[in-house]
Order: sequence, then structure tokens, then C-alpha cells
Amino acid sequence: MAAGAPARQSALAAALVNLVLTGWVVLGFDYGHGASFQFEASRVVLENPRLGFNVGVDGMSLVMVVLTSLVTVAAVLVRPVKAGGEALYYSSSLLIAAGAMGAFVATDLFFFYAFHELALIPTFLMIGMRGSGDNREAAWKITLYLGFGSLVLLAGLAALVTSASGTGLTTFNMAELRELAPKLAPSVQEPIYLTLLLGFGVLISLFPFHSWAAPAYASAPAPTAMLHAGVLKKFGLYGLLRVAVPMLPAGFHAEWIQSMLLVLLLGNILFIGLVAIAQKELDLLLGHSSVMHMGYVFLGIASGTALGYSGAIFLMFAHGISIALLFALCAQVREKTGTLQMARLGGLAKYAPFLGLSFAMATFASIGLPGFGNFAAEIMVFLGGFAEKPVDQLGSLQITTILALWGVVISAVYMLRAFRQVFQGEPAEVCTRAGDLSGLSRLPVILLLLALLATGFFPELLLQAIRPFAQALAALN
Amino acid sequence: MPAYYLEVAVVLLGLVLLMLEAFSSASDKRFVGHLALGGLGAVFLALFVVNPTPGTSPFWQFYTADSLALTYKGIALVCTMLVLILGLDYIPVLEKYTARIGGRSAWGEFFCLPVFICAGLMWMASAIDLTSIFVSLELVTIAFYIMVTFMRRNVGSLEAGVKYLILGALSTGFLVYGFTWLYGITGQTSLMGIADKLDSGTVARAPALFSFALILVALAFKVGAVPLHFWIPDVYQGAPTPITAFLSVGSKAAGFIVATRLLAPYLGADSLSPTATAILLSLACATLLVGNFAAIPQTNFKRLLAYSSISHAGFLVLALASGASGGFGLLPSQIVAFYMAAYLCMTLLAFAVLVVVSRVTGSDELSAFNGLHQRSPLLAFALTVAMASLAGVPLTVGFLGKFFVFGAAAAHQLWLPLGFAVVGAATGFYYYLKVLRNMYWNPPASSPATAIPLAPLTKWAMVLLIAATLVFGVYPQPLLHFLR
Repeated sequence: MAAGAPARQSALAAALVNLVLTGWVVLGFDYGHGASFQFEASRVVLENPRLGFNVGVDGMSLVMVVLTSLVTVAAVLVRPVKAGGEALYYSSSLLIAAGAMGAFVATDLFFFYAFHELALIPTFLMIGMRGSGDNREAAWKITLYLGFGSLVLLAGLAALVTSASGTGLTTFNMAELRELAPKLAPSVQEPIYLTLLLGFGVLISLFPFHSWAAPAYASAPAPTAMLHAGVLKKFGLYGLLRVAVPMLPAGFHAEWIQSMLLVLLLGNILFIGLVAIAQKELDLLLGHSSVMHMGYVFLGIASGTALGYSGAIFLMFAHGISIALLFALCAQVREKTGTLQMARLGGLAKYAPFLGLSFAMATFASIGLPGFGNFAAEIMVFLGGFAEKPVDQLGSLQITTILALWGVVISAVYMLRAFRQVFQGEPAEVCTRAGDLSGLSRLPVILLLLALLATGFFPELLLQAIRPFAQALAALN
Repeated sequence: MPAYYLEVAVVLLGLVLLMLEAFSSASDKRFVGHLALGGLGAVFLALFVVNPTPGTSPFWQFYTADSLALTYKGIALVCTMLVLILGLDYIPVLEKYTARIGGRSAWGEFFCLPVFICAGLMWMASAIDLTSIFVSLELVTIAFYIMVTFMRRNVGSLEAGVKYLILGALSTGFLVYGFTWLYGITGQTSLMGIADKLDSGTVARAPALFSFALILVALAFKVGAVPLHFWIPDVYQGAPTPITAFLSVGSKAAGFIVATRLLAPYLGADSLSPTATAILLSLACATLLVGNFAAIPQTNFKRLLAYSSISHAGFLVLALASGASGGFGLLPSQIVAFYMAAYLCMTLLAFAVLVVVSRVTGSDELSAFNGLHQRSPLLAFALTVAMASLAGVPLTVGFLGKFFVFGAAAAHQLWLPLGFAVVGAATGFYYYLKVLRNMYWNPPASSPATAIPLAPLTKWAMVLLIAATLVFGVYPQPLLHFLR
């Protein structure tokens, strides 16, 4: 047996078991009641304050759970570039996935927060030990940024819990907090909402707290980048929709916070989009593109309509799959050619047709071409901005949406240009020696592509789970 | 069974061990350590059958056996046992820096004196009278004077001893002076009487606050809070590593139980409370700032842990100062006690790894940990858990401690101190993860990496501490149940 095979096999087995269990939940889920938690289980771990290990899935968490399971299988299938230390390599991937999974199914605020942090140290170790380029600097940056962001978030959550519980028994139960917290005075809700927005914002790489993301993803080993950019970063968005928006409606609707968010998300879409155009290396380009697309999700959330929420959640899924796919392929390009500098690459599709084809499809998905899940998601986000106003009246949200539409053009520019430089044109010397993906290494790519196509052609697959949740959330306002 | 039987048993155990050590002809004194461990273990078990309700005789006016006292007695016993285990691992270093007397090893007392310190710590946990507080505090401090300088042929140990002695004596002076003022204005030595008197409003405010300040100076020295933190890095670095661990956990825990009890009358009195709280809060903020920021440039692991100890004192003082009702349904005293128990697990785990690594590499520097995960995955994992917990990564017990402190601060709208705590904790991520960088990113100094052997006792102690750190981080109910 090859060295590291036991670690690889057990990691793969764990990821597959996870996928099978997810399938069981998907099949048993009652889509008619997608707004309420199902498959619930709870165990009290502390009487006072009341902490419970409570889990359950509703429509939104179901989508995120499917995303996590799919990306985990794909990430585990990616072999390490350097031999040795496989146990640490695979256990880190699984820990990051476990953290995301735990956060998405927790219905207790404490474990919701705690699980997310499970990924902190494995990410730090993986980028530092197995990354490339300025990996050590990037590892420090992502760890300190996310550490600080999550502490701000913690302060916000502590304020939320203590204010909402008042003199009664302190509770972290999301269902109870959803009853209690909206009753708080707007003057209490607004600062707490702002703190949560900033805390989550750092984790999501909201402009201007985005600078950790691109270098970290660029230098991280493929599975870490896939899981982090694809799954874990969605935690912040999930948290906004799960905690901040429903529990602090007065904060969400405060005019000044809303305007601030609109400006910042335009920073994500337009400014980071332009930064992405200027990138010379494929991995940094993908990192920036991942930051940029967060702006659309924010836009969907900011719209406050059922359609916008649906689009945001759909985009969290579609973007998670497409960015994980792009990072997996990008790592293959590096492995085959030894470089990611786009100027030194060219004509790779001729020598690695499968790689070329799948990268092209991932590119189309990322731009938002019809047929891929991203298109369905983005169209809902854009229409969500206009869902509640006649077209001849433009508010700040509508103007932002119109500006954000230009992001589609920007992303088409940088993604298509990157594809042309790397895969088409005169074959570069490094590319002529490159072989194509073969055998098992095609598996994660096919898996993720299938997910994108399936959700692109049959958006109802996801929408049946998302819609009841989004409608219930929009009805709160 | 009355609680004070436990202290009597511990003192008797110490005396017996001293005699055995002095008159035994064995050349290897390891058995003293093993006996001490067994004895303390038995006392620890007896702790669970103690009747916690205090009686009514005059004796109970200066001795209490409430749940807080019993918790701190447990902390003292567990801490001492772990220090003894660390000490058994540390024998090669002791051997090097102590002269053999007539062919017999001269480190036997290294395993007797901690037992007396343990008795002092346990007494302190129960002391509710100025005199009993002072006497038990001195029992601990004087024994520590000896332990810090135990390595007689090591200049660093001697230097640390002198620093500790001089500053310790100074702080004792402050404490006694504060006590005299307190006695002078209230006419009481019992804390219950003092609390009544201060709350009645008949006591002049200025002298009361003066005594508060004097006592705070002495307590700040004990727990390592700003402005009396200067001794910590030097003494921690010079003292034998097990004793550093003892100072860092045992001594700090005792300092905090005394602080909890001594400061309560001031914080409970309407006329004094605002000023006293403001002073404590500014102390907490300063401690958080100094401890965390000074830890950043450290390259020596013992000094790093020293500054870490200061920063944790900041969190603990913040919990004490955050208001009488605490937060998240927990009283400040309960938060502090929980935090101390958490701090015990993670800090002793870190010190246990340090003792083994520094014995093998002969160095306390961070660079001694380079490539540790290749040399011993267990040690690297243990230290990862300890650092994660100290940094406050969730699902470890250290996070819960910080979480409760954050909750207490948020419940009383102390946004500025909460901001300091957030910045301090974020800084902690950097310097605690620096250790992980050395262990995992950096290659080992010697190639190929040589494995590090572990004594079974040390190994099991580490496994137990790892388990405690992780299990209590997810399921804290047993610990808090004990506190109620």
C-alpha cells in the first residue's frame, strides 16, 4: 500500500458517508415546510446560561449542507502535491468541512459560532505547511483577519444574547431569540446589527475588509482553497440571513446601515472586479473573483425581498461549487505546467483537452451564462432589487442594482481573457509538456460540473428548499 | 466530613514526606514524589464527600466551605499533583543544578514543599477573615521563595528568587498596611462584618478607598496584573519550570479567590462601588493591553507564557469588575472560578510539553519547538490544543472562559473594556499561533527528526488534560454544576 493511502482512504470514506447521509436528509426533507427546522435533535450541555447542542435543517441550511458535502468529497479527492504528512493533510480538510457543516446545521447560537472556528487552525497549518508563493504571510493574514473578525462577531452575539434575554434565563436558542430579539428598541438593535454586519463582513471579505482573501486562496493548497472559498466563506452570509436579518429587523432596515452596505457591496463588485482584471496570475485572479461575487450575494440580501433572498442563497450554492471547481482546476494547471503566470501560459487546451473543456465550463458558470446555476441565481438577485417597486421609480437599491449589473461585464472580461491566455493561442513551452487529467482526478471535476449543470437546468431542485425559507424571511419585514 | 480535615491531611502529608525525605537512606528520592502524588490524590477524592454547608461555631467566622471554596481547593489539589508530575520529569535538570550531598540527591524537598503550598492554597480558598487570609497567603509565598531559588547552582534561578523575594515582601507590606486601614475604619477582621460596615454608609469614603488601593496593589502583585506585573516574565523565566507552572496557575488562582472575597465588600457598598469598579476596570484594560502587546515580540516560550499569564489576569479582572450580577446568568465569582479551572487545564498542558521539550533540547526558546510534529505528534497535538485554548478558539474550555467574560461585559454595557478584550484576544491569536508555526511549519533542527520519548505518567497526564480541555469546552455542565 502506498504511503498515505490509509489516510486518503479513510478521509474519502468519511466524505462519502457524509454525502450519503446528506442524500438521506435531502430525500426525507418535507419541502412544504421548508421554513421550519426538520431532523431536529438537541442535548443540553449547560443549564444556566442555557447552551444546547441543537441541530436541525431548514430550507437554507439544507442547501448549504448539500454544498458542503459535495465540495468535501471533491476536496478529499484532490491528491496532495507533495508526498508525506497525508494524515495532517486530510484531517485538516475534514476539520474545515466539519466546521462548516456544524455551523450550517446548528440551531443554537453558541455552536453556530463555535463550529465555524474549527477551521481556523487547520487552515493556518495547511496554508503555512503546504502552500505556495508567499504562503506564510498569507496564512498569518487570513488567520489574524478572521480571528479578529470572529471576535467582533462574538462581541456582537454576546450583546445580542444578553440584551434579548434581558432578566430572564440567558438563551442561545435561535428559535427563542427570534421571538425575543425583534422586540428590542431600534436604538439597541442598530449598533448590534452593525457589529454583526462588520464581524460577518470580515469573514465574507466585504469591501474594505477583503484583503486577506485573495492572497490566502492563491497560496493555499487546493483542498483548503476549495473548502474555504467554496463553503466556509458562505458562513458569514448564512449568518446574516440566519441571525442578523431575522433577529434585528430594525437594524437591517435602518436607512444609514442599508446605504452603507450598498456602497460597500458596490466596492466588492466594481472595485474588486477592476482589481481582478489587473491580475497577472491565475490563482490571484480567482481569489479576487471570489471576493467580487460576494457583492452579488450582499445585494440579494440587501434587497429584502423573497426573490432577492432566494437569489442570494442560490448564489451561495452556485458560487461555492463554481469557485471550488475553479480552484481545483487551477491547482491542476499549476501541477501540470509549474506556473500560474498567465503570460507564460498558452494553448494548454490542445495538450490537456479535458482540463481545457472543464475550465471553460467553470468560466462560463462563473460569468453567469445560462445553463449553469450561477445564472439562475444572479438573475434572481437582479430582479429581486426591482421586485417591490414599479420600474419608473428608482431608489438607492435600484441604482445599486443597475451599477452592479456592470460587474457581469467585468467578470466576463477577466475570466474570458484568462481562459484565452491560458488555454488558447500559441502553445507556450511549459504547456507542451503538460498531460491531461486522467482517471480518478477527473472525478471531482465531473462531480462539481454536474452539480452546476443540474442546478442551472433545473433550478427548482434548489428553489423548492429555498423558496419557503425566503418567503418566510421576507414576510418578517 | 468538615472541610478543614482536608487541609489537616495535606499538612500532615507534607510533614511525613519531609521526615521520610530527611531520614531515608535511598539515593533516589523519586518515591517522595510518588507518595505525595498518591496522598494528594486521596485528598482530592475526599473533597467530593465534604459537607459544603458551614457550621455555626466561632471557627466558621474565619473559615468557609462554600462551593467556591471547594472549587478552589480542587483547583489547588489538581494543580499541585500536576506540578509534581512535571517535577518528576524535571529531575534531570534539578540533578544538574543541585549538588549531591554525600552521594544522595538533593532535590527531595522539591516534592515536599509543594504539598505545603497546596495546603496554603486550600486555606486561602476558605479564608474569610483578614488574619486567616494573611497567614495562608504567607504560607504560600514563603514556600514559593524557596521553590523559585531551588536550583542553587543556576544564576537565573537565584536572580528570579531575589526578584520574587523583594517584590513579594513589598507587596506583603502593602497588604498588611491595607488591612490595618481596613481594620481601623471598620473595627472588624471578618469579611462579613466588614461588608456590613462598609455598606452601612457610616464609614468615611477616603480611608476606605485608600485601603482598597493598598489591597489592590498587593493583589495585583499576586495575580500578575498591571501595574505590578514586572516581576512575572523574569521570575517565570528563571524559576524551575514546574514551579513556574505552579506560580502561574496555583498562585494566580489563590490570588483570585482572595480578590473575589476581599473586593466584594467594596464592590457591594453603594458609596464605594462606582469608584472601585472604575479603578478595577482601568486595571483590567491596562493589563489586557500590556499583557497581550508585550507578548508579541517574545521568542522565549517561558516569557511568552508569562505575558500570556498577565493577559489572562486582565480577562479575569474584567470579569470581577463587570458588575455584581455578572453575565449569562453567572456571577462574577463563578465566571472567575470557571476561567481559573480552564486556565489550569490549558496552562499546565503547555508547561508539561515545555518541560519535556526543554529537557530534550536544552532550551526554552520557541526555536526549540521547530518541527515538533515530526518528532512527537502527541506533544505537538497537546501543545496545539493548549495554544488553541489559551487563544480562545471555540470548542475548547479556554473559549468558554473568554465567552463568559465577554458576556458579563456586554450585559453591563461595558463597551470600551469589551473593545480592549476583543483587541487583546485578537492579539493572542498571533502570539499563540506563533508556537504552532514553529511546531508545524518549520523543519526540525536535526535531520532526520529523532523521536522524543515520554514517561507513561506524563503521557497520561497530558492525555487527561487534552481531554479536559476539549470535553469541558463542549460540555461545561459538570464544572459549573460543582460551582453552584
